[in-house]
Amino acid sequence: MSHASKRLRYVLKRLLQAFPIVLAIVVVNFFLLHMAEGDAVDVLAGEAGSATPEYMAELRKKFGLDQPLPVQLLVYLKNVFTFDLGYSFRHEMPVLDLVLDRFIPTLLLMISTIILAVGVGIVLGLLAASGLNTWRDTMISVFALVTYATPLFWVGLMFIVIFSLNLGWFPTSGMKNVAAFNDPWSWANIKDVAHHLVLPTITLSLFYLALYTRLMRASMLEQAGMDYVTTARAKGLTERRIMFVHVLRNALLPVVTMAGVQVGALIGGSVIVESVFAWPGLGMLAFEALFARDLNLLLGIFLLSALLVVAVNLIVDIIYSSLDPRIEVG
Amino acid sequence: MSLLEIRNLHICLPEGSERPFAVEAVNLDLAPNEILCIVGESGSGKSLTARAVMGLLPKPHVRVTHGSIKMDGEDLVNVSDARMREIRGSDISMIFQEPMTALNPVMTIGDQIDEVFRFHVSMKKKERRQKALALLSDVHLPDPLQIMLAYPHELSGGQRQRAMIAMALALDPKILIADEPTTALDVTTQAQILKLIKEMQASHNTGVLFITHDFGVVADIADRVAVMQQGKLVESGTTDEVLNNPQHPYTQALIAAVPSLSPRQPRDQSAEPVLQVEALTKVFRSGGGFFGFGGEERMVKAASDVTLELRKGETLGIVGESGSGKSTVARCIVRLVDADDGKILLNGTDLRPLSRAEMRPLRANIQMVFQDPFASLNPRTRVGKIISQGPLIQGVPIKEAQAKARELLSIVGLDKRAYDRYPHEFSGGQRQRIGIARALALNPDVLVADEPVSALDVSIQAQILKLLDKIRERMTLSMIFITHDLRVAAQVCDRLAVMRYGEVVETGPTAEIFANPQAAYTKELLAAVPGQSWSTA
Repeated sequence: MSHASKRLRYVLKRLLQAFPIVLAIVVVNFFLLHMAEGDAVDVLAGEAGSATPEYMAELRKKFGLDQPLPVQLLVYLKNVFTFDLGYSFRHEMPVLDLVLDRFIPTLLLMISTIILAVGVGIVLGLLAASGLNTWRDTMISVFALVTYATPLFWVGLMFIVIFSLNLGWFPTSGMKNVAAFNDPWSWANIKDVAHHLVLPTITLSLFYLALYTRLMRASMLEQAGMDYVTTARAKGLTERRIMFVHVLRNALLPVVTMAGVQVGALIGGSVIVESVFAWPGLGMLAFEALFARDLNLLLGIFLLSALLVVAVNLIVDIIYSSLDPRIEVG
Repeated sequence: MSLLEIRNLHICLPEGSERPFAVEAVNLDLAPNEILCIVGESGSGKSLTARAVMGLLPKPHVRVTHGSIKMDGEDLVNVSDARMREIRGSDISMIFQEPMTALNPVMTIGDQIDEVFRFHVSMKKKERRQKALALLSDVHLPDPLQIMLAYPHELSGGQRQRAMIAMALALDPKILIADEPTTALDVTTQAQILKLIKEMQASHNTGVLFITHDFGVVADIADRVAVMQQGKLVESGTTDEVLNNPQHPYTQALIAAVPSLSPRQPRDQSAEPVLQVEALTKVFRSGGGFFGFGGEERMVKAASDVTLELRKGETLGIVGESGSGKSTVARCIVRLVDADDGKILLNGTDLRPLSRAEMRPLRANIQMVFQDPFASLNPRTRVGKIISQGPLIQGVPIKEAQAKARELLSIVGLDKRAYDRYPHEFSGGQRQRIGIARALALNPDVLVADEPVSALDVSIQAQILKLLDKIRERMTLSMIFITHDLRVAAQVCDRLAVMRYGEVVETGPTAEIFANPQAAYTKELLAAVPGQSWSTA
């Protein structure tokens, strides 16, 4: 079988495997959320202040919440298959629209964070390993240690204090200035979003950046002691060539593995950062939905997150198999 | 005039090492078109000498402190880094022991060969490619075009070493340093690679510095031999002088420790079987599944229809190359791996269908000694406990088990104080003794030894083999001895079973198989044993 068709087959297989996984996630999430006390009606009634039990029962009937759980699940599953994620009572909008609307900012934040964390982490790790035990290595290691140990929300708050309030370089919160630009692809709009993106991205990436720096440094040092490096030296290659061509590619492998695993965790971490910077993403939405007992919305967010993680894992595995020829897809 | 002239070479070791110099006052000469073998056991400094020539010592702690290494009159100890880089790969090149780790796993063979050209000569890309292809076919690799695009893991061990040799010879070096280039290879592959090195050396007029621990290989390939011990050169001369008329006591001892290829006298046998293996089959599967989307299923028949019989008091050797299934058979017999089919009759009881709990009381009757004495002992457990653990589990009172462990330590030739120490405080040979004591603690009827001496130096190997012999007499043990080394097999085994691709191709008394092998593969295997002309002389 040729390499390309092998890979296609592999992608197909993974997509097929993803199907039962996502289904299981939906079912588990559904029961988990229904195990929690209270529903949307309780919250609505509580906010209204003067709802009679009859009115609440009527509301429940209207929302279909009076049905037995398995029936509710089946209805929900049927709806999911037709891409109908239900209606958010809280936001008075279809969940699908709401979630897709918030998905773009989260994706933006995630992608920029991964690029920054992995990219800078690799460079710093490389610099530290190539100047082992010099001041450069020490500085980078101390930086990594400090950022690794600092809590995310605190960093976020300090950034706002220093760069937004005192220096006034970056906006404190949100994704766009109030004066909205109509065309999302206009240069002015892109620049505005990017400007707003800087602080949240740095905040969210710092922890991972420290992690990848340390991992990359350790990985470079481990690879530098391997036999093939001696062979490369015996061939008369320059140290630069050995470092950047031979060692680097091998040293990247554990970093890619780690990054792949952590993309899922990034969504969790982004809840804090989105709250601190009022970034209109899925994390913020999930946070709000949780307190409003907006279960349909929560389920929608979970479903989307699950799909995202499954997709990212697949992409990482494909990247990995092209970086390391020993890994055979199939 | 000599090509390489090493004079009074001293290489220091880091402070706190067991000796101040790794290599001390070594003088060597290598002439063009000559193969000089440096022989020695581990720690003799032979590899460091070779690396010093290449300027590849792990500086700054290990470095040349005195002496000179002159290539055509140019002192390599004091040249600049840039000049040394020029020399490496073009004037002097090197091949290594383990071609899998010595090649970059994520780079194609073609790219790795191409690098040598790119960094030493200016040639057009097309020309470089042509040369690389020519090199690959020179070392008799099939389908050079395919090999160019292959990654190291896609080739077999022998093919990888051929690719390494092609890479080393790319620029027609004056000197080729080969550091144990065949140690990691099977015996038939080793014979081919040795032949290739000789052929290449003759056609390129190269001076070869060949590092090895194996006197058989020396006999086959060397023009001259230098023997090293503890960093010092103890003897050097032509191959004939050193091998057939060694002067230094260390050389004499080393050569005496090499097991002879003429099988030992068969001992009196009882016809009563202790262990019968009937039609044992084990298949390893991987891949496949998932509605046919999982890619092809791979099946490896590690053992198919293996039938063996071990009689009381005898040693049955299972010999074969890597991948022949000999270790799998051993593991199936002691139930470390569950066989798919067949019978394992130990004193008439079939072990194969037994559950873990049913197997436990029978474990005392069959014990195993493992290959790697470093990995097979728990580093966090004291030696005494390692040995007494087995009897304790079988319900022996603690006092008795401890007394037995102490007794066993003295039987295997270790000091009593070893009882309270940890495995890392011992050398490889000593650890293998501990492993043997551990296996013997349960008074087994059958001992399965999986390559028990292949990780050891030849002199230690001789001691361990002697010890096993002694124990076998004393405890009337029956033993299954797995080895890839026919010399060892000749000295240890009463009968042999030769395995290939999971099948037993031939069984019979050792002497008969050596004198008159029936299967084509057995003949091939016997023909590949290095140093035959010497050992029969």
